[in-house]
Amino acid sequence: MRLPACLPVLLLVGAVLLPMLAGLAGTLLPAFGHLPALGAAGWSLGPWRRLLAEPGLTTALRLTLVSGLGATALSLLAVALFCAAFHDRPLFRRAQLWLAPLLATPHLAMGLGFLALAAPSGLLARLLAPSLGFDRPPDLATVNDSWGLALLLGLALKEAPWLLLMSLAALNQLPAARLMATARLLGQPAPIAWLKVVFPLVYRQIRLPLYAVLAYSLGSVEMALLLGPGSPPPLAVLPVRWFLDRDLAMTFPAAAAATLLLGLTLVAIAFWEGAAWLAGRAGRGWAASGRTLGSALVRIGGLLLPILLLLALGSLGAVLLWSLAGPWRFPDLWPRRLDLATWAAQREGLWALAGATLQVALPATALAIALAVAALEAVARHGRAAWPWLLGLSYLPLLLPQTGFLFGVQVMLLQLGLDDGFAAVLWAHLVFVLPYVLLVLAAPWAALDPRLARSAAALGAGPLRVLWAVKLPMLLRPLLAAGAAGIAVSVGQYLATLFAGGGRYATLTTEALALASGGDRRVLGVFATLQAAIPLACYALALLLPRWLWRHRAGLRAA
Amino acid sequence: MRNVALRSRGRALFPPLSLDVAPGQVLTLMGPSGCGKSSLLAWLCGTLDPALTGQGRASLDGADLTRLPPERRRLGILFQDDLLFPHLSVGGNLGFGLRSGLPRAERRARIAAALAEAEMPGFAERDPASLSGGQRARVALMRVLLAEPRALLLDEPFGRLDAALRGRFRRFVLDHATARGLPVLLVTHDAADAEAAGGPVLHLGA
Repeated sequence: MRLPACLPVLLLVGAVLLPMLAGLAGTLLPAFGHLPALGAAGWSLGPWRRLLAEPGLTTALRLTLVSGLGATALSLLAVALFCAAFHDRPLFRRAQLWLAPLLATPHLAMGLGFLALAAPSGLLARLLAPSLGFDRPPDLATVNDSWGLALLLGLALKEAPWLLLMSLAALNQLPAARLMATARLLGQPAPIAWLKVVFPLVYRQIRLPLYAVLAYSLGSVEMALLLGPGSPPPLAVLPVRWFLDRDLAMTFPAAAAATLLLGLTLVAIAFWEGAAWLAGRAGRGWAASGRTLGSALVRIGGLLLPILLLLALGSLGAVLLWSLAGPWRFPDLWPRRLDLATWAAQREGLWALAGATLQVALPATALAIALAVAALEAVARHGRAAWPWLLGLSYLPLLLPQTGFLFGVQVMLLQLGLDDGFAAVLWAHLVFVLPYVLLVLAAPWAALDPRLARSAAALGAGPLRVLWAVKLPMLLRPLLAAGAAGIAVSVGQYLATLFAGGGRYATLTTEALALASGGDRRVLGVFATLQAAIPLACYALALLLPRWLWRHRAGLRAA
Repeated sequence: MRNVALRSRGRALFPPLSLDVAPGQVLTLMGPSGCGKSSLLAWLCGTLDPALTGQGRASLDGADLTRLPPERRRLGILFQDDLLFPHLSVGGNLGFGLRSGLPRAERRARIAAALAEAEMPGFAERDPASLSGGQRARVALMRVLLAEPRALLLDEPFGRLDAALRGRFRRFVLDHATARGLPVLLVTHDAADAEAAGGPVLHLGA
C-alpha cells in the first residue's frame, strides 16, 4: 500500500495541534462554567464574576502588559541598534558562538540568576556597597517591584539573545552587504544606512519569532513568579495559583483568567502590529528624507545589547557562585570560602530529578527530530503533494501564552482520567519541542543541494539510502543543533510539566520553582546551575562533535 | 525518447520531443537557460522537480525507463558541479555507486583501478575538499562510471572549469564514454562543447 504523500506532515502538525486545540477547548469551556468532571454542566458567567472580583485584577493586567510589551520592545530595540552599530565588526559574525550559552540556559535558571544578581542582597548591591556605604541590604524593591520592571528586564535578558540569533539567521538570507554598499555610496553613514535599508527587511523575516517573544513574555509564569510582585501578581500567575489551590471550585475562575490572558495576547499582537505599521510609515519617511544625523546616538544605543548580555552572563555566574558558596555575609563581594557542601547535601535528590528531567527531554527530542525529518523529507520528495504549507501551523503553540492552553490540557486529561500519566507529560513537552526542532532544521534542509540526492539516486541508491547515507550525515550539524535546542526547551518546561503531570511529575524545573519561595540561595544555585548545565553540555556537544567527526572533511567544516 | 513534454503549471516548456541516441554516439542538446534542458535530464533520471510534470516515453535497450524508480534506471549523470559527497572520502565517493555484494577486495581493486585511470593513484583516503577542480571533476566521472551506467547524461559538466582544463576534461569524459559504447546526451550552451562531441546537435525551445 502506498501511503499518502502528506501523511508525515499531517502527523507532525497533528502531534502539535491536537493537544493545543484540546487545550484551548479545555480552557474555554470551564471559563464559561462547563466541566462535567467536576460536576458542572451548562453555562454560567460565575467564573468571570469571581475573576472580576479578584482584588488588584487591573494591576495584574497592567503588570502583564508593561512587562510583556516592554520586554519585547526592549529586546527588539537592543538587537536593532546593536546590529546597526556593530554589523561590520568581526566579533559580530561570531555572535552565534558566544550566544550559545545564553540560548541554552532555561528561563528559570536565568531568572534565579538575575535574582541573585539584582536582589537587594545580590551581587550588584554588594558591588556598590563600599561606595554607597551599605552595611545591610538596602530597603529597595530592586526585584519584585510593583511595576514589573525587574520582570521586564529579566525577560529581556533571555529574549534578546534569541531575537539576535533569529536576526542573524535572517541576515544570512539577505543581500545585506550589497544594500549597505549602495546606501553608503549614496551618502549615508553606516549605522544609519543599516537602520534605513537592512532593518526593514530583517524585521519582516523575524516577525514570527518576535510574536513568539511577545506571547512568551506575556504568558511566562516562572519568570513572573521569581521576579514579579506577589500581590497582585502578573495575570499569568493567577491561573496557576488557583489551579494549585486545594479548592477545586477555583478551577473555574482559573480557566477564566487563562482565557483572559489568551484574549490579552491577541490584543497585544494586534496592538504591536498597528504600532509597527505606524513606525514603518514614519521610518519610510525618515529613510526618504536623506537625513544622516544620529550615528553617534545609534552607536551608543548599540551598547544596550552588550549590557543585557553582560547582565545575563553575570546572572549565570551568580548562580554558579552561590552553588559553591560557603559562609557569605552581606557586604562581602566574595564568599568566605568555596566548597561543594551544598552539592553534596543535595546529591541524591539532584540525581533523581536530573534523571526524571532527561527521561522526558530525551524521548521528546528524539520523537520531535524523527517527526520533523519525516515531514521535511516528504516535502523534499513530493513537493506540493505533501502539503508543505501545513507545516507553518506547527508554530502556533509559540504564538499563544502557555497558560492559555496548557491549563486546558490538564482539564482535558482530568476529564479523560489520564491526568497522571508519563505519556501526557511527554506529549505536552513535544508540543513545544517540535516547533523549535522544526525551526532549526527547516532552513538547512531546504538549502541542501537537491542534485546531491539526484546524483546518489543515479548511482543506484534508493530513497532510504539517500536519506541515510547522504542527507542525514550532511545535515549532522543542524540535526545536533536541533537536538540541543529540543533538550533545552524540554528541560526548561515548567507549565507543561506541571499541568500535564497533574502537579505530580517532578523535574529540576518544577522542583526549583517549588523551592524558590523558601529561598535558600545555595540550594537554588545548585538547582539552577544543574538546570543550565544539561542543555549547555548538549549545545557544546552539538558544536564540537561535528568538528571532531569532520576533522578530515574540509567541505563540511566550512558550512 | 518519444513525444516527451514537460509542463510547469500546465504550460509546456518545449514542443514534444522525440530523439534517438545510438551506443557510443553523443547527442548535444542546446538552448537558452530556462528552456527545460536540465529538467529534461532530471525527468529521464526520475528526479523531476515536483513542481513540474512530465509526459512521454523513454526507453533504453528496448526497456521502458519511466516505470522504474531512479535508483534502478542505471543512468549516469554529471552536473556542472562535481557534487562529491563532502562527508565521504574520495574512495567512499567512488564506492558509493558500486554494486553491493562485491567482495571487499574486489571493491577496493575497482576503486584503485578507477583512481589510476583518473591519474590519481593512492587518493582513496583523501578528503574531496582537498582536491583541485580538475581532480574533483575526474573523480565525479569515475564515480558515475563505476556504477556501470547504461547511458551517460551530461548537464553542462564543463561549465565551471577554466578554459585550459575544460578541453582536457571534455576529452577525458568523451573518450571514456565512447570506449564503453555508452549513448550520451549532452546538455550545454557552449558551441565548442557541441563541436568537440562531434555528434548531432538539437536546439531546444528555439
